[in-house]
Amino acid sequence: MEIGHRRKERLDRGVKVRTEGLYALMSWRELGYLTMPRLVLIIGMLILPLVMPSMYWQRVISIVCIYALLSLSFDFLAHFVGLVSLGGAFFIGSGGYIAAILNTILGLPPMVSIPISTLLGAVICTLFLFPCLPLRGVYFAIITLMFPLLLGRVIEALDILGGTDGILGVGSFTNSWVEQYFIILMVLFYLFGMRRLVNLDIGLVFRAVMDNDQAVRASGINLTYYKTVAVFIASSMGCLAGGYLAHIYMWAGLSMFALDFSILPIAATVIGGSGTLVGPVLGAFILVPISELLRAFGTLRIVFYALILLAFIVFRSEGIMVYGQRKYQQFEKWVKV
Amino acid sequence: MDILIEILIYGSIRSITLALMALGFALVYGTSRVPNFAHGALYIINGFIVWSFLRLLGLNYFFSILLAIIVIGVIGALIYQIILIRVRGIAISEIIASYAIGLAILEGLRWGGFKGMTYTLPTFIQGSIFIVGVPVDLHRIVVLICGAALIGFLWLFTHYTRIGLALRGMAQDERAALMLGIDSDRMAVVAMVFGSMLAGLAAVLLLPLGNIVVESGYNVLILAIAVCIVGGLGSWMGAVLAAFLIGFAQILTEVYLGTHFKTVVALLAIIITLILRPSGLFGRQKELEERV
Repeated sequence: MEIGHRRKERLDRGVKVRTEGLYALMSWRELGYLTMPRLVLIIGMLILPLVMPSMYWQRVISIVCIYALLSLSFDFLAHFVGLVSLGGAFFIGSGGYIAAILNTILGLPPMVSIPISTLLGAVICTLFLFPCLPLRGVYFAIITLMFPLLLGRVIEALDILGGTDGILGVGSFTNSWVEQYFIILMVLFYLFGMRRLVNLDIGLVFRAVMDNDQAVRASGINLTYYKTVAVFIASSMGCLAGGYLAHIYMWAGLSMFALDFSILPIAATVIGGSGTLVGPVLGAFILVPISELLRAFGTLRIVFYALILLAFIVFRSEGIMVYGQRKYQQFEKWVKV
Repeated sequence: MDILIEILIYGSIRSITLALMALGFALVYGTSRVPNFAHGALYIINGFIVWSFLRLLGLNYFFSILLAIIVIGVIGALIYQIILIRVRGIAISEIIASYAIGLAILEGLRWGGFKGMTYTLPTFIQGSIFIVGVPVDLHRIVVLICGAALIGFLWLFTHYTRIGLALRGMAQDERAALMLGIDSDRMAVVAMVFGSMLAGLAAVLLLPLGNIVVESGYNVLILAIAVCIVGGLGSWMGAVLAAFLIGFAQILTEVYLGTHFKTVVALLAIIITLILRPSGLFGRQKELEERV
């Protein structure tokens, strides 16, 4: 058959009822069919540190989780609230510096300083971004891209917070298992938490803000309030990752404001599938190890992931996860037209 | 008195420099609404193209510049035709795609070993003169004159030629322009070619003042964005005025606060302008497109 005489017909599998996230289960098999992907993800992430061959790769898992949190925050803000934030480095930097200060000056252990830096960092990031919330589209993207650059330059120029050397001597985790399972559990917590959140009432408002903010405002809903809440949630993820990063590197410095933290999460989101929340995590688990394997090639790895990003955004903008979901949840067959 | 004249002279030179860096970006964004985040990369790669023609092929300086400008125009057209045209109109994909192109070019150059002090272009004219007691390189004078001439030429071009008028028409209202028979995709390619050539010209004029380093690609991008945003995205003459504003602000902070604050000024200018008046000081207000 030639193209043009046939089309692909797609049918949802029987368990799905009417809409996304609503299922009618008739048997254990169907239950297994639904829970399998989730269980694979959870169990897979939990046994990851156990199967890693060396300390080095265990550290890579921690880095992957940091990027996964950032990607999750990018995906949530961009595809569920409509605020495209290129400021991942801003969140990482704020969280990292706060955790480092709390640890070196007040002597708080990681398990205390990370939660505090998560909340405090999120508050600070939200305050910084608050005046920018009315901006839309490209304008918000550009301004969030500028914030980490500005903070980095200001720290450099004023020579505060350790200047170009950064803050040295931040305490590390006492136990490497605690170190890894802490961040893995946090990724799982945020992942499933966000999936739940976007289906609650507040998630509905978030999506409405993305689709048509004028209509939301016309319904008497305070736009700024909801955007602030969304930015707070998203920046708390980034700041958590930043605080954790400061503790595993035992250092907070200017490279925390590097563009890597803004660009790689976007690449992970685009590759993994935007608007799925699981996709970005998956994307981080694909991209970061590849970039570690290519470390020997120096900056060529940045070229490599820029090209992957380009290929995906131009030719396959749906991403792996959307594709995978379609294949898993739908029957496909060719029908004659 | 002396320092005042120095500020005046170096301020104008810096302003023209900024305008040169920003014009290409402003032209592309103004016409096709594609924020070309590969602008800095185009600037740097043109420096390396001229260098290769000059040192590796041993061509005449003038011919290498001419050839390089043509090559960069072709590169710009290819970038638009192969990649950007597919994501046009999807604001975020445009940014990400063009930034990825820029990143690939710049980091590719860095990987290829183009870094360090070894890559320089010769100045057009050696030596320096004294203007009311202030020493100025002759090359900076050349930059000043060429820059001013280029801005004037661009103004004439966009006001009195068919292509220039078509570009402006598209910038003002794309649908109306389409209705009048202006092919928007073709004009966007033309804008991209001119934008890349302007980036290339800026590189040719400005790079002889220092080394060709990959990092400055990012700085050029930031400065170009700063100028265009303060001037109003899409307003070309606004960009020129904004270049003077930021140029003098930079020189003043440099004189009174220290060189560290140079980029801080540009970044602060972007952030403050976007918060207070996203359409820039000289742009037309498009309230609902920009903020709610």
